[in-house]
Amino acid sequence: MISSRAARNALGLVFALAGVVLVLNLVAFAFGQAPAATLRRVVEGTWGTPYGIGQVLFKASPLLLTGLAFEVALRTGLFNIGAEGQLALASLVGGAYAAKLPAGTPWPVAVLSALVVAALVGALVALPPAIMRARLGVHEIITGIMMNRVVDVIVPWALTVVVGSSSLRTGDIAPGAAMMRLERVVPSFSGSAASAAFPLAVAAVYATHALLGRTRVGRELRFLGLNAEACRAEGVAVPRRLAQAMLISGAIAGLGMTSTVLGYKGYYELGLGAGAGFSGIAVAMLGRGSATGLVLAALLFGTLEQAGLAINARVPKEAMNLLEAVVIVLVAVAAHASRAPAATAASPASTSAPEAST
Amino acid sequence: MSAVFSLTMVAETLRISAPYACAAAGGVWAERSGVIQIGLEGVLLTSAFTSVAVAHATGSAALGVVAGVIAGAAISVGHGLLVEKARVDAVVSGIALNLSAMAGTRLALRGLYGSASNSPAIEGFRFGPTGSAGWSLLARVFADPVTLLAIAAVVATPFVLARTRLGLRVRAAGENPVAAAAVGVDVTRVRLSALAISGAVCALGGVHLAFDQHRFESGMSNGRGFIALAAVVVSGWRAGRAAMACLAFGALEALQIVLQDQARKGSLGDLVQLLPYVATLLVLAFAAGRSAAPKGLGKPAEE
Repeated sequence: MISSRAARNALGLVFALAGVVLVLNLVAFAFGQAPAATLRRVVEGTWGTPYGIGQVLFKASPLLLTGLAFEVALRTGLFNIGAEGQLALASLVGGAYAAKLPAGTPWPVAVLSALVVAALVGALVALPPAIMRARLGVHEIITGIMMNRVVDVIVPWALTVVVGSSSLRTGDIAPGAAMMRLERVVPSFSGSAASAAFPLAVAAVYATHALLGRTRVGRELRFLGLNAEACRAEGVAVPRRLAQAMLISGAIAGLGMTSTVLGYKGYYELGLGAGAGFSGIAVAMLGRGSATGLVLAALLFGTLEQAGLAINARVPKEAMNLLEAVVIVLVAVAAHASRAPAATAASPASTSAPEAST
Repeated sequence: MSAVFSLTMVAETLRISAPYACAAAGGVWAERSGVIQIGLEGVLLTSAFTSVAVAHATGSAALGVVAGVIAGAAISVGHGLLVEKARVDAVVSGIALNLSAMAGTRLALRGLYGSASNSPAIEGFRFGPTGSAGWSLLARVFADPVTLLAIAAVVATPFVLARTRLGLRVRAAGENPVAAAAVGVDVTRVRLSALAISGAVCALGGVHLAFDQHRFESGMSNGRGFIALAAVVVSGWRAGRAAMACLAFGALEALQIVLQDQARKGSLGDLVQLLPYVATLLVLAFAAGRSAAPKGLGKPAEE
């Protein structure tokens, strides 16, 4: 079972990489660039130099957490499309909170409390979809999208009115809250924005997977995704577990701000980290339910995003978003072609009819 | 307060509602046939861009409309092929559709017009009286061929679904694909036809958006496809009610524009923009449980 799953993952990855190279060549050609030179620029800008590697790790960091957030919800049969809004508001409030800390706050206090604030805000944004799904059976895709729009309106308003900034950013965070840059450990990463947020996010992925597999709550959440009816019959508090899964998912998405606000900019500004919520969906789909798969998928998407910046002067970086779409489709096609029986069990299609919880 | 009850308000409501209503009608077509379609946003964007690009290249607004509708139908059928033939999860395919439409139109903007934000202006249709009086705004809405096409498509959708052979087959494919197949309906084919119609109807909304602004702007659909999807769910997948929900949403947005002009000075002014979304959430909360999805939604054509 394990080896066939690994084989499927490998097959998907090969398909995806072949598709990426093909489409990249086509796009480069359309923009009058030599495909080979563009491919070389992509490699040099990402895995070809220590700086490039550092940037890939930086770009992958928030995707690890938004991908994990999506996966936790999906295991329970929930489709958390709201990570984008959860991350944005958590980044704003977490950043504003870290900026209010006294300059001399010791780092364990500063970092931990900022993480708690970000996680709470992420969960708060996930609360309306969580309650409406668990108690009323309203589909979380619709409510999640509405919450994204609500946050879109609130963030610029809060930056101008509540934070009182004319430049749509928070103040600088207290030095103690900053994530250590990896260049202090690995000097050749010099100049890249990779920070301790990356290893922390990787640890969070493995830790969460272990918890889902080994604790009672974690197991109930997974069984719920497989068969909600059977769980109800077994006496599992289904609405309560659904709500919990959504809130945990929101909290994890909120933690995505560690790499951008605490690790990179040192403040939050409008649009920082935007897109990571949506890309996280693709990363989770690509990861196919394993911790290592998720890490590899986040690295692949981090590579694509960094590659977009590397070629942007000659081929628009949007080419890489197109590649992301190509990857999503090819992996999904490959997954079906390899006849994965378990792959569709937790798919959102099986939850498309919201169950009446009363 | 007089600004709230005026012909201007009526005209604005119709103008704003049109893209939502088209997208919602498109959503009903797709989902009543049993195919989950969260890619309406991508259909809107693609058709908006295609219509502007063709209208700009040929100088003919009519050709632009035709090209936009064809493009919308084409990618909608592409979604259908991925879901029905390649058995890709419909939500995954929808996300990919949205992502590629967003990235593809941006790429094309930069490739064709060397701009990251918008296309050059197109003439489009300019019929009806000029001026900003309420009655002339309303006259312009009803003199606009794209708006008229949009209204026709939205009004026709419930009748075609309820009263025609095609509509019956589409509903059968969506309610019980196995039973439909057993009585000789080619479910996959019916679903692909429904998606072609879905894409074409939704595309009218995209064309309306672009022609209304007389140009294409990057990301100009701005979540309308998703809100239309919410309207489909709230209405219980019924085309007429979905159109009404879109009209109500359009009215709220028109109201928000009117109120925002007046509330601009206050510190809470920008929060008026929350109105349509919060209203949708509230309606969802109160309408919960009463809406029934097509029973075969998301189910494959054969077991």
